[in-house]
Formats: sequence, C-alpha cells, structure tokens
Amino acid sequence: MLLEATQVAIERGDRRLLSGVDLRVTGGEIWQLVGANGVGKTSLLRGLAGVARLGVTGEIRHAGAFLYLGHASALKLGLSAVDNLRWHPASDVTASAGQICEALAAVNLAGYEHRPVGALSAGQQRRVALARLLLSDAPLWLLDEPFTALDVAGCEWLEACVRSHLNGGGATVFTSHQPSRFGTLQQDLDLGHYAV
Amino acid sequence: MPSDRPLLSLRAVFLRQFLRHGRSIMTSPADVANPLLFFFMVITLFPLGLGPDPARLATLSPGILWVVALLASLMVSAKLFASDFEDGSLEQLALAPYPLAVTALAEVSAHWLATGFLLTLVSPLFGVMLGLPDEGLLTLLVSLLLGTICLTLIGALGSALTINIRRGGLLLSLLIIPLNVPVLIFGTTAVREAVLGGNPESWLALLGALALGSLVIAPLAIGAALRVSLDS
Repeated sequence: MLLEATQVAIERGDRRLLSGVDLRVTGGEIWQLVGANGVGKTSLLRGLAGVARLGVTGEIRHAGAFLYLGHASALKLGLSAVDNLRWHPASDVTASAGQICEALAAVNLAGYEHRPVGALSAGQQRRVALARLLLSDAPLWLLDEPFTALDVAGCEWLEACVRSHLNGGGATVFTSHQPSRFGTLQQDLDLGHYAV
Repeated sequence: MPSDRPLLSLRAVFLRQFLRHGRSIMTSPADVANPLLFFFMVITLFPLGLGPDPARLATLSPGILWVVALLASLMVSAKLFASDFEDGSLEQLALAPYPLAVTALAEVSAHWLATGFLLTLVSPLFGVMLGLPDEGLLTLLVSLLLGTICLTLIGALGSALTINIRRGGLLLSLLIIPLNVPVLIFGTTAVREAVLGGNPESWLALLGALALGSLVIAPLAIGAALRVSLDS
C-alpha cells in the first residue's frame, strides 16, 4: 500500500467540489483521475500530495516517498536544465551532474543541458521537469497533466517510463484528458461520481 | 512526507537553495540593479530639490539615506517569493522533508547579498554625494549592514504572507512599514550621532540586536507564513 485515501472531500473557496473519494494505490498500479474540466482533478491530486491542506478533509496516508509534479514545472527560467535538476526545490534529486545529463539525454534534450530553460520550448521545458522521474527513487508518482505540451515521441517516452516504473513495483496516479493511454494496465477514478 | 531515502543535511539543503536562488538572480541582473538605480536617482534628486547648501544637506542626509534604503528594500522584497509561488517551486519546497524555515532563509540570504549587502557597499559613495560628513560614513556602512538584514527579513515575511493575494502590494506595505520603523529610527539616529560627534555605538548595538533577533525569529515566521499561503 503506497497511498490510502479514505472519504476525502475537497473544498475550494466556499464551494465543495468532491466528497467521499476512496482511493487505495498499491505498487504496480496506474490510476487515472478522469472527469470534466473543473470537477476537481488537480485539487484532488494536490490534496493527495499534501500541497494544499486547507479544504481537504478525510484521511490521506502515504507509505514511503512520493514524487509530485504539478501544472507548474518548478523550473527557474534563467537556470540551465542541469542546474534546475541539481538544485531542484524538492531536494529529491541527489544525482551527479553526469547522471543528470544522462537523464536529459533520455528525454531527448542532449545538447540542451547548459542552455537556460527559458530559451527552450514549452514541450522541452516539460521534458526537463519530467527528467526528474528518472532521477528519483520515489515509489509513488503523482503527476498532474504530464502529457501536456509533449509531442508524440514525448508522450510515448513518458508512457514507457511509467510502464517501467510499474515493473519496478512503483505506482502512478495521474490526471489527463486523453482516455486510457495505458489500456488494461490502468484503472480510472471517475470524479464525476463524487462531484457534489 | 515519510521517506526511505537518506535525508540531506540541513546545511546541504541550505546550500542547494542558496545556489539555486543566487544563480537565478545572477541570470537577471536587472532585478538587482533596480534598487541600486532607484537609490542613485533619489540621491541625485534630493540636492536639486533642497538646494545645494552643504550644511543643510549634512543634517538631512542621514535621514534621507536611510529612508531611501528602506524604500529600495521594500521595493524588491515584495517580490521575493512571488516567482517561486508562480512557477511551482514553492509547493515543491513545501513537500520536501525539510523545514521551510531553512530553505526560506537560504533564499532570503541570497536575496540580501544581491540587494541589501550590495546597497550597503555602495552607500558611502551615496553618502559623499549627499554631503554626509566623513565621520558619518563608517557608521552609515555598519548601520545599513545590520539594518538591511532586518529590512530584508521583515520584507520577506511580508512577501510570504501576501504572495497568494492579488494586488497584495498595498497590504504588504501596511504590514511591514510599522515593523521597519524601529530599524529606521535606530539607523538614522546612529548616523546622526556619528556626524554630531556623539556616541553611535549604542544605537548600532541596538540595531545589531534587532538583526540577530530577526535572524532567529523571522525564518520561522516566514516558513509558517509560506505554508499558510500555500494552503489557501
């Protein structure tokens, strides 16, 4: 059991978005949070990660470390890709510069390691943020719209990355508007059922 | 967040954040140059407005220098955590298993070196431009060194409290100007005492106490304020 959420309710401002959400995530599972715009996918994911605690009720328990990747990439535009990962604010990347360069090569950014991230395209910036997945050993990934801004090859790379994380006993919870990227491997949590 | 990964030492975490923030400040030098430029412009304008009488400038200059330093610090510290909040760095910092007080202090330190400390270093030059007598220059330097530490920490606290408020600028000023008043009073009095041949040391000692006190208390308050701002 990597994540256990029981009877979680989410409020934003004075409006209740979701109530009674139950989610148990164990190693080897992929969960996709689905639902219409504004139903509360991001709010739930932020609640599960513990970023926003106000307006989140219910019990959320983590066993072990997790990696949260939000809408915002937490990149400093003036810094190079290597520096951004080396000094990542989550402090979960303790890799050497060589390992970081390998990870950047894996996301097809070889040659861009030392350019300021602000000079890269939105998709390339997303890849820099996603390179953190390769450098972290957290068993649970919480990814908010990870496929946004990625091209076809990028999406395929991310899919393969999540699959191999799964084979290593990890789990992923993500939000996306693209249906069933992982086919039978994934389970959907339709937030429409919990909407208030 | 519970973690099975060996944790970094707090010193390593501090250093990482310090380097990250420091390097990213260095990539946009305009942000650093702004308060200095503001300081410079106001200092050049004052003699034009007041008349170039050296005797009058000498009595006014401690106050002018200090008020301008305070405003310059207010101007930049308001935005201290804004970019971290917008680009998502702050939520990542909050999720990391390290006290926000430490990581926030690292950012504030880098910020102070690039603004308050730099302003302190050039302040004797501005003092000369404004006709501050030579006896006051060293005291001005020391008082600003201690004073900008207080001003930056107080400004950082205000920034942490108001980042998620749209147009929080006015609220920020209301929050932190009262806290800055004692710093201003001690600072100007120290410089004036030095100019008049009095005893500036006791005022500098008070400023030093304020600086040490805010170094201990402000990071904890900033950490808590950042968490509150993220939660809502």
